[in-house]
Amino acid sequence: MADGTLPPVLTSSHPIGGLTPLRMTGVRLVRKGQVLLNIEDLTIGSAGVTVLLGPNGAGKSLLLRVADGLVRPDAGAVTWGGLAPDGTVRRRIGFVFQQPVLLRRSVRANLKFAMGISGLWDRRKADRALEDAGLAGLGDRPARVLSGGERQRLALARALVLDPEVLLLDEPTASLDPAAVAAVEGMIGRAVARGLKVVLVTHDIGQARRLADEVIFLHRGQITEQAAARLFFADPRSAAAKAYLSGLLIP
Amino acid sequence: MLNRRTFVGLATAVALTASSLLAAANDAKSILLQSTTSTANSGLFDYLLPLFTEKTGIRVDVVAVGTGQAIKNAENGDGDVLFVHAKADEEAFVAAGHGVKRFDVMYNDFVVVGPKADPAGVAGGRDAAAALKAIADVEAPFASRGDDSGTYKAELKLWQKAKVDVKAASGGWYRETGSGMGQTLNVAAGMGAYALTDRATWAAFENKGDLAVLVEGDTALFNQYGVILVNPEKHPTVKADLGQTFVDWLVSKEGQAAIAGFTIGGEQLFYPNATPSGS
Amino acid sequence: MQDFGAAFRLAGHLLVSGDPDLLEIVARSLAVSLGAVLVACLIGLPLGALIGFLRFPGRRAIVVFLNALMGLPPVVIGLLVYMMLSRAGPLGPLGLLYTPTAMVIAQAVLVTPLVAALARQTVETLAAEYDEYFQSLAVPWHAALGALLWDGRSALVTVALAGFGRAIAEVGAVIIVGGNIDHLTRVMTTAIALETSKGDLALALALGMVLILLSVGVNAAVMGVRSRAVEAGHG
Ligand SMILES: Nc1ncnc2c1ncn2[C@@H]1O[C@H](COP(=O)(O)OP(=O)(O)O)[C@@H](O)[C@H]1O
Ligand SMILES: [Mg+2]
Repeated sequence: MADGTLPPVLTSSHPIGGLTPLRMTGVRLVRKGQVLLNIEDLTIGSAGVTVLLGPNGAGKSLLLRVADGLVRPDAGAVTWGGLAPDGTVRRRIGFVFQQPVLLRRSVRANLKFAMGISGLWDRRKADRALEDAGLAGLGDRPARVLSGGERQRLALARALVLDPEVLLLDEPTASLDPAAVAAVEGMIGRAVARGLKVVLVTHDIGQARRLADEVIFLHRGQITEQAAARLFFADPRSAAAKAYLSGLLIP
Repeated sequence: MLNRRTFVGLATAVALTASSLLAAANDAKSILLQSTTSTANSGLFDYLLPLFTEKTGIRVDVVAVGTGQAIKNAENGDGDVLFVHAKADEEAFVAAGHGVKRFDVMYNDFVVVGPKADPAGVAGGRDAAAALKAIADVEAPFASRGDDSGTYKAELKLWQKAKVDVKAASGGWYRETGSGMGQTLNVAAGMGAYALTDRATWAAFENKGDLAVLVEGDTALFNQYGVILVNPEKHPTVKADLGQTFVDWLVSKEGQAAIAGFTIGGEQLFYPNATPSGS
Repeated sequence: MQDFGAAFRLAGHLLVSGDPDLLEIVARSLAVSLGAVLVACLIGLPLGALIGFLRFPGRRAIVVFLNALMGLPPVVIGLLVYMMLSRAGPLGPLGLLYTPTAMVIAQAVLVTPLVAALARQTVETLAAEYDEYFQSLAVPWHAALGALLWDGRSALVTVALAGFGRAIAEVGAVIIVGGNIDHLTRVMTTAIALETSKGDLALALALGMVLILLSVGVNAAVMGVRSRAVEAGHG
């Protein structure tokens, strides 16, 4: 703070009353007789990076969607700092999908669209975001010709440029090479250092070890374990998590 | 690059071109003439109307359709002057108050055309009804307008006179094209059929193929044209003054002489016969 | 049929000689059909896009209806517009019958369902792709509509071209509402119909060839603009 007179919370561009913690109570999602999600009680606090781990089809992506209010659960409640995830709340949450949706426009126009929706278009800010993503100089390139790693970084930059309070990331480095993974993790790390809350879905146990402050293990739509990262990796409690960490196939 | 500016620019250019071209129309002093294909397609109007326009400065826009449709259009008020050839219908049009007054303008005649091979053996005859009877007897193909035109009405009268029930033969040897004179002649040329046509359309028709005039000169083939100013009391948008100027000119000495002067290949196609008092 | 050779020679001659009557008719055809397509796009693109991305009850029925409207014969449209614009019709006082404006209206009515139906298809695919992202940003519907139309522009240009093709080629509607009046409402197709009815098949065919060239020219011009856009990767 340049003048150092304002309390930190008021310098934030966000209204008083943060979005964390995220709370889910009694959330159930059933499709065709299948229980896809069954979350009795979940709280995700304001600190650092929460990693969602679990085998394919466990419901990790669904959990993120329900959290963002994109999918309405059949029962239960989802709140962010006490607020239901409506449009206003959703705009304060950044969401990068497993398959990033890039508009058929230039890289910069992708940022411009996202910023314009909230009336925040600022070219210099956009260029800084591109720089942070290692995409400086690609601003005029059509987004859809980018490489996989560039696409992920663009999607991440496009979410970050809106100054969200929370970032939901669904396997942002799946199918990227190590250098690209490092670039994306670098961006995530810098955002977290600025105080951003991140909820990250990943299959990459190494990545989870590098980034996670807290781990939630999901199996067949149910949370079998939620623990500080150090404890989880040292001594997973649930059988499913144990098997998963040791590389076993779990049913 | 197809950016927003080129996009908007293109659209604007298209809009401007379109509107300027479209706006160029319909400024001059003009009247709308509902008439028939025979007068337009024969080239009579191309010859006649410039003479009128030169004298009066009034442009004549022609809608050339079948007589029945022309009368319908005029009844809807979509036209200033009606110039067709179906006397009974024209008189009914005036009687119903749609027209001010009917004037005879000119006549020509219908002819029966057919393939030179002439399977019905009607060539050279002068009795139209007898010729049609002969065609019906051998069931030689006959192409009919089958629409609401003056020519079709004249044809039906002839079939009546010949005591032939063409409705029963429709789809067989009797083929109703449901289209204009030229179109019907195209069909006749295409299938070697007989047909009844006005002489003017025939003379100007370029796709005669194997067809030739086989029967002509019967008084029953007489074809009278009349002109009527659409009634401004019934249809207030009618340009009564300009329209009346046109009607007056057609039946005047000058207009009548002009009609007589129209020829194709040296052949006179319309014979002026206006009576100053009208009918 | 020796008409083909004659028609080719005549078409070449017409083009080379720059016959003023022909140029006038060509210009009018272009003006009427481009004008109609412009109107059809202004209405049909947003309409099709809305149907493509909004979810509401009865939507499927509307899609079926719209697709069916694509098949309406021009002559039926011509009749409907004639009945509206005739002096005896509800819009008679405007005095539009037998004017190029009437022809634009008729062709716009003819082409709008086509444009809307094809735009619906295009936008629906794109909307499915964008849907979750737009939801996560809480994009308002009008901004979403604009973005879908803009990002789908490459495909939508083809839609507009399809509309233009249908408009410039039809004769049934314009001959009824335009009346094929020389120097006022005569366009390529009605001129072709007229020459055919005069039995001048060679001239009719020659005009038809000129019409094809015209259509090819417009398509090439638009695709030229479009392919440059695609090269720039915005397709
Ligand atoms: N809209 C939906 N309707 C029905 N089933 C769904 C839907 N979305 C996801 N599923 C199912 O829910 C399960 C969890 O999916 P997902 O959350 O994508 O798994 P993952 O943990 O791999 O991200 C899968 O079996 C998937 O098929
Ligand atoms: Mg997933």
